[in-house]
Amino acid sequence: MPATLSHLQRLEAEAIHIMREVAATFSKPVMLYSIGKDSSVLLHLAMKAFHPGKPPFPFLHVDTTWKFREMIAFRDRMARELGFDLLVHINEDGVREGIGPFSHGSNVHTHVMKTVALRQALDKHGFDAAFGGARRDEEKSRAKERIFSFRTKAHGWDPKNQRPEMWKTYNTRVAQGESIRVFPLSNWTELDIWQYILQEDIPIVPLYFAKKRPVVERDGMTIMVDDDRMQLLPGEKVEERMVRFRTLGCYPLTGAIESSADTLEAIVAEMLTARTSERQGRAIDKDEAGSMEKKKREGYF
Amino acid sequence: MTETIPREVEASGIRDYLALQENKTLLRFLTCGSVDDGKSTLIGRLLYDTKLIFEDQLATLEKDSKKHGTTGEDIDLALLVDGLEAEREQGITIDVAYRFFATPKRKFIVADTPGHEQYTRNMATGASTADVAVVLVDARQGILPQTRRHSIIASLLGIRHVVLAVNKIDLVDFDEAVFAGIVADYEAFAKDLGFATVQPIPMSARYGDNVTRPSANTPWYTGQSLISYLETLDVESDLREKPFRFPVQYVNRPNLNFRGFAGTVASGEIAVGDAVVVAKSGKPSRVKRIATYDGDRERAGEGEAVTLVLEDEIEVSRGNMLVAPDARPHVADQLAANVVWFDEHPLMPGRMYILRTETDEVSATVSHLKHRVNIHNFAHEAAKCLDLNEVGVCNFSLQAPVAFDTFAENRTTGSFVLIDRLTNATVGAGMILHPLRRAANIHWQALDVTKVSRAEQKHQKPAVLWFTGLSGSGKSTIANLLEKKLHVSGRHTYILDGDNVRHGLNRDLGFTEEDRVENIRRVSEVAKLMADAGLIVLVSFISPFRAERRMARDMMPDGEFVEVFVDTPFEECAKRDPKGLYARALKGEIKNFTGVDSPYEEPERADIHLRTVGREPEELVDELEAWLREKGYC
Repeated sequence: MPATLSHLQRLEAEAIHIMREVAATFSKPVMLYSIGKDSSVLLHLAMKAFHPGKPPFPFLHVDTTWKFREMIAFRDRMARELGFDLLVHINEDGVREGIGPFSHGSNVHTHVMKTVALRQALDKHGFDAAFGGARRDEEKSRAKERIFSFRTKAHGWDPKNQRPEMWKTYNTRVAQGESIRVFPLSNWTELDIWQYILQEDIPIVPLYFAKKRPVVERDGMTIMVDDDRMQLLPGEKVEERMVRFRTLGCYPLTGAIESSADTLEAIVAEMLTARTSERQGRAIDKDEAGSMEKKKREGYF
Repeated sequence: MTETIPREVEASGIRDYLALQENKTLLRFLTCGSVDDGKSTLIGRLLYDTKLIFEDQLATLEKDSKKHGTTGEDIDLALLVDGLEAEREQGITIDVAYRFFATPKRKFIVADTPGHEQYTRNMATGASTADVAVVLVDARQGILPQTRRHSIIASLLGIRHVVLAVNKIDLVDFDEAVFAGIVADYEAFAKDLGFATVQPIPMSARYGDNVTRPSANTPWYTGQSLISYLETLDVESDLREKPFRFPVQYVNRPNLNFRGFAGTVASGEIAVGDAVVVAKSGKPSRVKRIATYDGDRERAGEGEAVTLVLEDEIEVSRGNMLVAPDARPHVADQLAANVVWFDEHPLMPGRMYILRTETDEVSATVSHLKHRVNIHNFAHEAAKCLDLNEVGVCNFSLQAPVAFDTFAENRTTGSFVLIDRLTNATVGAGMILHPLRRAANIHWQALDVTKVSRAEQKHQKPAVLWFTGLSGSGKSTIANLLEKKLHVSGRHTYILDGDNVRHGLNRDLGFTEEDRVENIRRVSEVAKLMADAGLIVLVSFISPFRAERRMARDMMPDGEFVEVFVDTPFEECAKRDPKGLYARALKGEIKNFTGVDSPYEEPERADIHLRTVGREPEELVDELEAWLREKGYC
């Protein structure tokens, strides 16, 4: 055993510590499972934290019905293999109204199918703590968020009035109807995530690896044609190109990057030389200045 | 000097590259100081110079600089870190932001903390996890009150190393005399703060002088640049050499064959076969297994999150600690601590809070506010309360013992936060100085005539009947009728009435929250003395806060305190309004009126709950008397 712990060992221990605090002090926690690489790390850490038991909380996927098909297949495989309790929530009102990113734009779609859907799911089950995989290095308003981030009864975040958070001594108290969002990966960087995936051999969705995929150029983004709900506009044509994804979300809102990185090592090498941040591939962050903070105040993760 | 991102890292060599990354140590530091001393700009400069700004972020920055920037034509590096809309609009930092960067030698997490006094609690949040404080001073301004306040808080929170960054040195023409003057001022002031090192560096965050590279503009400064200093500073913690401490977080019991105690080793090391004791009970055992997902381990040390299985089936639950038998922590229900106060509502002696250590939680009363620290001259001043952002030393009285070390011995097991019982807000942070032995200096004078003998002489059981309810709810009417009945049947009684006591004993108190707490504390003490004299005491006080009623109950022996909730709805009281007070309060003529602009917290488990609407006082008194008789009070 080394005299001092490595950077990753410290991060791992911190995340496990946080998960155990939640399991010990909240009556109904849930882990948000978004199927991406950060969620995969979170899931892996949860398996570690409660070993030899299973995580004492369910995993919730808020399905916008527009996720990549490979994500859904991966989600169901992981639930089967690891035997965790998977809840899937879809905003049926949104489905009835036919809300989608192509017809309504990313703002309305994300609000109805993600933010509202999440609030519905949390209310329906009465969860008082929800884990998310957000990291402080992702985005400026995230850099300001506490690890234990308080939410009002309406799921709102008040960034100007956050609880002080001292040492590893977390205030886990909430009143009836209030809740806490918990971010065990707050202090991880994108490099830490990949390094940990590599070190621990954590399974991730194949979309992260480069492969020939059918894509279309639209609004400066490379969009993968994942199903026949994507109608081509005049002048657009589908091309088979070697691409991969740095982040995963709804396929019409997630830009692919040109890449030949088809191994974890190659992905990390590519990331180290990248000159753009990972959220650049996301349409939803760019709609307006401060858009992430606004979404979070409304209850987005 | 700084790390350039490897453009040509071959995929095959990536594991070697990562192994190298992995061996780097981590340094956590914060930037603090007064408003406009350039904290955010400094961090922006560090990120920019260590090439951690991506192209899309740079494009956004250029756009934002035109819109909100405070640097004219140049890009405003502060906008890289001020992430909240309100911050960008006002050009100030409100909350702590965490940023990440690396050089070839080290990884860094930096907490950029706000300078405004009203956001001091966010500075404390950033400082609580930092190894080093970079205290910025504007070369034109010198040492400001916030420079002192932040230095004191950094010192209280156990930060051992300070960099005194004399910033904006370009604006004083790189004048060595200005620098030397500020350094002398700071050193004179900080000598009592117990920092291990104070390293002054003249710099310009905006132009980069002495930030990541030595500056040609300051030939008189021969020391290191900020980055090279932070890269080489030794902050190795000695927690691994300290006695074993394992605060139990979670009892893991997935099946009948496994019972493990999950937690993070706070200090020291443990190996399979080692003896441990349970801190609060002193029960001994040995470590049978150190279980992890990656297989059982032989040893574990400070910072590792593991699950311990013991040889014996002994009682251990969350909040307790497994510790080294030969070097145990304190276990006490009284302690003294340094406190930093975070809340708009002041800390008040007599008020009860929730005291939360890393894994334990207990109700605690500030039994004595010893002094407040004046941040200008460190004078210890007498104080009735601690206001927002103030620092002081308090004695705490806990409802149950907790296990702890002093903060000087162990930052993890020697600290706590204070939580408001009503709002659940985190209202303060505490750094434990030492345990207190109950009444160590004041000894009870033993008296021959006891409480029991006094009560026996009166043929009664002493009691404190505590009537709580809104103004005009009927407390005094009911208490008065009950006393008459008790008196007629030969009982020895006394009524302490809210209004009457305020004419004498408590005439120096008003109706602020702080005074209400003190009001109840004094009355509780008097009631206790009267019960000791063998009387049945009827206390008729609005006593709106659960915390204070709880405190009164805790002062009496079990069964002696009877909480009577005189439950009359607000509307009904306002309608009755026997003293015309509601009409005036609703017009705004009386401040802090319970039920109008000051809260009433209903009892959760009153011993007797009297609903007055639609019932005559005589009926209620009969009900009360029957209850007392049944319980043997009269």
